[in-house]
Amino acid sequence: MENNNLTIKLKVWRQENAGAKGKFVDYTIDDVNPDMSFLEMLDELNEELIKKDDLPIEFDNDCREGICGMCGMVINGTAHGPKSGTTTCEVRMRQFKDGETILIEPWRARPFPVIKDLVVDRSAFDRIMVAGGYIDVKTGSAPDAHTVLVPKENADLAMDMAACIGCGACVAACPNASASLFVGAKVSQFALLPQGQPEATKRVEAMVAQMDEEGFGACSNHGECEAVCPKNISILAIARMRREYWKASVH
Amino acid sequence: MRFSTFSYSSLGKKIYMAILGLLLVSFVTVHLIGNLALLSPDKDTFNKYSHFLTHDIGGIILVAEILIFAFFFFHFLYALVVQWNNWKARPIGYKKVKNAGGASKKTIMSTTMIYTGLIIIIWLVIHLLNFKYGEEVMYTTKDGMLIRDLYATVTGYFSNIWNVIFYDVVMILLALHLSHGFWSAFQSLGLNGPRFMKFIRGFGYLYAIVLGAGFVFIPVWVYLTIGGAR
Repeated sequence: MENNNLTIKLKVWRQENAGAKGKFVDYTIDDVNPDMSFLEMLDELNEELIKKDDLPIEFDNDCREGICGMCGMVINGTAHGPKSGTTTCEVRMRQFKDGETILIEPWRARPFPVIKDLVVDRSAFDRIMVAGGYIDVKTGSAPDAHTVLVPKENADLAMDMAACIGCGACVAACPNASASLFVGAKVSQFALLPQGQPEATKRVEAMVAQMDEEGFGACSNHGECEAVCPKNISILAIARMRREYWKASVH
Repeated sequence: MRFSTFSYSSLGKKIYMAILGLLLVSFVTVHLIGNLALLSPDKDTFNKYSHFLTHDIGGIILVAEILIFAFFFFHFLYALVVQWNNWKARPIGYKKVKNAGGASKKTIMSTTMIYTGLIIIIWLVIHLLNFKYGEEVMYTTKDGMLIRDLYATVTGYFSNIWNVIFYDVVMILLALHLSHGFWSAFQSLGLNGPRFMKFIRGFGYLYAIVLGAGFVFIPVWVYLTIGGAR
């Protein structure tokens, strides 16, 4: 069989710990199978680094099938790499040319400090969720399906909003490091459903306050977030969050 | 929610900026319509309109001027505060940033709003000094009114080609500012949906082009018909 394997040059951000000053380090990796995922390519590189008694490149990952939201790096200037609607783990090496230099950077935002290499601390998102990204209900046994009526359109839209996996690419891609798409999606998934109504005003106020508290930027409607979002969440989520905020303001 | 909470939040600041921006849009629209009087070959048309605004409507003009000043001032003040926080939100930048394309609405216009805005504010001071606080020539209209000949001040200024170019460059920057600002104001207010988004973005661009073309055309027309070209 013909060998189509690639030689890839990497420029990777290496940073020992949160306090250290990081720098870009060059690596060359030969014999990369084009059907490999981006993370498998990094695994191969790390194996080589370990054999040479070097420290492997740290990067977040878990499911490797685009649903968990753990992975994320800025590849050649685009969060989650060149294709839209994918996570970093879904990037394949065939999307790159033989001999190409790939620049890999961590998410850059003040609320997402680098822990090590390409791993950033995204607990700011968790704190926003704790502030109001839930509903207070007694669960118990499932009610009859027709007890609470939900229009199909709203159910679909709420599902689209709930597709957010909290990866943080929206923040990484935003010129202002704004978390508006994340918070917009989380506010919208409840705002669209009857179960979210009782706490709607309290929720949006608390989540926005926490978002600002964390030090994220404001939204300038550039829409880069939507373009890199692995779940293609529309910036109309941000418009909905603003409507919810208006409503809360007169409450 | 407390009023102060709303006002200090990142969403509230952008909502204020959007309202102020749309108020400024309505101001520049009326301003352009008024400027069309310069196209009349009879200088009395423009001068009488100017006299009407400054003398015939009494205290309203003072209130309007204070309001318009406040719109500019607070729109710019909020812009500085928001932009400062946005810069602070990413202390370490990327080595490389590539526009993601696709659904993105990021353009050179959207990323330079603070700069085009700053230039327009500085230009505004020059603009007022040139015209409103410029040379006051009095003359008598055909029906015997002794009023200010602002027409002479304006046409005199635009008889210099460099003044025309300077003015037109700033007007193009204003159009670029509005090409992002117009639809963005609606999105910031939360007034957007799947169908409205297509409409308002198209309308925003159209508005910016028409307004920009109008402001650019008038000095060129003045230069060619009355000013230095003759």
